[in-house]
Formats: sequence, C-alpha cells, structure tokens
Amino acid sequence: MTAPYLDIEGLSVALREGARLLRRVSIKVNPGEVHALVGESGAGKSMIARAVFGILPNSIEILEGRVALAGEDLNAMSQGPRRSFIGKRAAFIPQDPLTALNPSRRIEPQITDRLIHILGMKTNEARARALALLGEVKIAEPERVLRLYPHELSGGMRQRVLIAAAFAAEPRLIVADEPTTALDVTVQKQILALIADMQARHGTALLFITHNLGVVAKLCQTASVLYAGKVVEQASVRQLFEKPQHAYTRALMAATPRYDRPDESLKPASPELLAALAREVADTDAAWLKERHHG
Amino acid sequence: MAEALFQARDLYLTLPDLTRKPLFGAAPRIEILKGLSFALPEGAITGIVGESGSGKTSLGRTLVRLLKPDRGSIVFAGRDIARLDDEAMRPLRRDLQIIFQDPFSSLNPRKTVGAIIASPLLLHNVARDGSEARKLAHEALAQVGLPESFAGRYPHELSGGQRQRVGIARAVALKPRFILADEIVSGLDVSSQAQILDLLMDLRRRMSFTMAFISHDLSVVRRLCDRVIVMRKGEIVEDAATAAIFEKPQHAYTRLLRDSIPLPEVSDGWLKES
Repeated sequence: MTAPYLDIEGLSVALREGARLLRRVSIKVNPGEVHALVGESGAGKSMIARAVFGILPNSIEILEGRVALAGEDLNAMSQGPRRSFIGKRAAFIPQDPLTALNPSRRIEPQITDRLIHILGMKTNEARARALALLGEVKIAEPERVLRLYPHELSGGMRQRVLIAAAFAAEPRLIVADEPTTALDVTVQKQILALIADMQARHGTALLFITHNLGVVAKLCQTASVLYAGKVVEQASVRQLFEKPQHAYTRALMAATPRYDRPDESLKPASPELLAALAREVADTDAAWLKERHHG
Repeated sequence: MAEALFQARDLYLTLPDLTRKPLFGAAPRIEILKGLSFALPEGAITGIVGESGSGKTSLGRTLVRLLKPDRGSIVFAGRDIARLDDEAMRPLRRDLQIIFQDPFSSLNPRKTVGAIIASPLLLHNVARDGSEARKLAHEALAQVGLPESFAGRYPHELSGGQRQRVGIARAVALKPRFILADEIVSGLDVSSQAQILDLLMDLRRRMSFTMAFISHDLSVVRRLCDRVIVMRKGEIVEDAATAAIFEKPQHAYTRLLRDSIPLPEVSDGWLKES
C-alpha cells in the first residue's frame, strides 16, 4: 500500500473560546489521486484547505490532530521552513481568479514568481517554462498573454492562467477550491477537462473542493462528504453514487437538480432528517468533550 | 395556449459601454438586445436561460421597464408600455414585481422584515392603513412558510434561504400579475434551493401570477418552468415548451448548454466529449 501524500488525521479546529468548526476530520489523498471534498456552505471545506497550507486565520485554534504532507507533520515545523516545504510540494487553485491574480501586474511574473523563488530558476528559464505551461493549458498566443493584465482576460482564460501557475513548480498536490463555480456551464466543462488532463499528465494528487455532486461524479475517484465540520461519509466515487451510506449524502443527492429526472430531483430534506443531523453533531461534541475531560 | 400577458415585438436595447467612455463626450453604445420578439403566456412560468452576457437580465429589466428599450413594443395586458415615462409607469408598478438574486443587498438592512413587506402595500394603496398592512404582511409571511415572529427581525438575522423567502413574500403580498425572478436560487445551497423551488410551485398552485424565471441553471428551469427561452448574445436561439427544449432541442447551442451540465452519476469519458 502506498503512503498517502496528504494525510489529515483527527483534525479539530475551533474559534478561540468558541464552538468547534472541524470535528476530528481525517482525509487521506494518495499520490496521483483525485479526491473530492463535498459539502454545503459552512461545512468547513475551505477551512480544511487553509489547514493544509497552514494559513488558518488567527481567530482559529487547532485543538487536536495533525496535517502531514509527504509524510512530514506540518505542525511540527516552524513557520519559515514550513512555508518553503509546502511551497515546493503543494499549490492552490482558488474559486475567483480575479481576486487571486494581482490586478496591477502582468501575467508573466504571476506565473514565474514561484519558479524563480521556489525552484531558483533564472528569469529566461522561468519565462520559457511559463510559455510552455500556457501552451499546455491551451492558451493561444502565449507570448502576447504573458504581457497582458488580468482584466484583459475572460473568466475562463484567467482560470487557465491560474491552473498553469498552480502546475508551474510541479507540485505533488494541488488543492482546488470550487475552481469552476463562478464559470458558465460550457466554460466549466472545458476547465474541468483541462484540470483532469493536467492532473493525469503530471500525476499530481488533487483535493477538489466543491458543492456540486455532478462535478464529483465526473472528475473524482474518491470523496469525503462533509457536514457541519464532520466527515459523514468517505468512499470511492462509484460507491458514493451507487450506494450512499449516510442519510445526509442521500439527502444531498435528492436535493440536487437533474434535467434528466426533473420529478425525482430537487427534493428538500425532511425536518426529521435535519433534526437527526443536528442531534448527531451534538452527540459527537458531547462524546468528544467527555473524552477530553476524562482522557 | 393561454393568452399572452406580455407580447414583445422587435425589442432593441443598447447601453453605454462605460469601460470605453472617453474623458469627454458620450460612451459608445453596445447592443444588448437585438430585435427580440416573444410572448409570455398568462399564468405560466417562463424560464429565460443563457450564459453570462447573453442579455437575460437586461431582457427582464426591460420587461418591467427598469430599462427603456431603444425600439420595439412591449404589450403588457393589452397596453404598449415600451415608451411610457416613470410617471405613467407608476400605477403599473404594483403588477410588475421583482425578486432579486441577492436578497441581502435587495432588502433594506435598517428595516424590519415586517416593514419591508408592509411599506410597498401602503405605497401602492393595497392596504389602507398601517394595521391592515401589518395584517397582510403577516399573511404573506405565512404564505412563504415563515412564522409571524419574523416580522420583527432584521435581514442580517436571517439565513440566505429565509431572506429569499422574505423577498418572495414582499412580491406576492401585492398580488401582482407578473413577477420577475432574477437568479433567485443561484446563491443558495442545494437544500435551500430545493425548498425555495418547492415554495414557488406551491404558490403558483394557490395564487395566479405570471412569472419570468431568469436562470443560468437549466436543471432548475427543467423542474419549475412551463416554457423556456434560450438566449445567446442578445438574441433568442430557441423558445419552446420545457419538455421540447430538453428532449428535442432544435438549436445546437441549446444542446451544448444541456450537455455541458455534469449529471450526478459516474460516467467515464464525459469530460472528453466536446
């Protein structure tokens, strides 16, 4: 068995003096695997992404658990070495490419910065690599695009640039946080195909954060379903869709709109289910508190 | 087919392109709607779908005359409203209600939910006095599945789904003939999305109104709408009954939109189809 490249083990975080936001989350992503992190807003998806990069806001405290990358415990490192350790191994694709790109800088340095700083490339070398990457993400006239500013590109083009930037330093893990949510469906499909293609070509592990079950089904191999900061189900994607085990997963599937089965889709969750889910979370917290005080 | 509540003919709309406005002088104008003709049948929910920049939002805003078309006619309930000025539009406003995408920015944060629903009732003389307006506001809250106690709350105290219910209550309280719903479920999680659509289907069974439901999400439109207008670059590419749009799309673009939606079922190779 291969060791997981990303190994999150029993991670709990909380607002300082406040409620838990992640409840003993364990997620493993193997080398080259595409793992979906599914959940609705507020479930804690982005919190997990931030924990992977060690950039949780100051208001948030890690209560227990560990995050390991390439077998190394990130919490055991001091900040400087941790930054460069993560920078060489992992990259991030955000949801909104316009806020992720610096509006006052041309595209070129936004791709080559990490090549120069992380890999120690020379400017010319980095530029050649940036050109090759833009070609790989199927951007026409890459020389011209390198000289443009972000606002001169369409939403889909910007997302392509960010994908190129994410793959630039050959990371072994990419975390993508809802990278297609803001895009039109036809562009979404192209970007998903591009991410799948790049991921396969580079053999990168991918943690794909989304609320869209359709995207999970079409792109990912394994999945974790997150509800209220708790992983309620973890399975291969095939299993997840054929035999969902947890009531929340089933409710999520029933609520998802489907144009091919309009009358069976968009079913709201019953109040009984919502009450049961709230009870499950309360029970988890009660058991956890008891263990902390006695253990 | 039911009679048309709206009949639009040869509708043209241009808007100034402020990104290319010179320092002095007028901005060049861009064509947003390019000669649209269509009808919205009375009592039906018509979906207006398209990608960003297709003109679907501008079309909705032109129908309720938040925008004035350059040319063409908009016959609403037998009267051409395309050229009416603000003054002449005022008595029609009650019958042309709008529910916006983002209920947080469309609800006044300094007013209680009760006041948000009641003040248009007074403005349009639907209620004679404050106490009648309050009574009608409470009824509207009940209709959208919110308890009466919500009348005393402020928008920031509500969840996204609850705020959208308030937006719906404000519109339906006026018993308008037409409701424009612009991307009203796109900001919501799937579970609240399903609840809001359930509510709309329930309301249309109990009340009579005509609705234009603007959305980028074809799956949602499939469930809710009787007819669908597909837009692209300011033109209508297809206008037909919902089942026909999905089962026998006539236009390649309609097919492309439909087939680009990832269905929640595992199928290898979908990403490679183009």
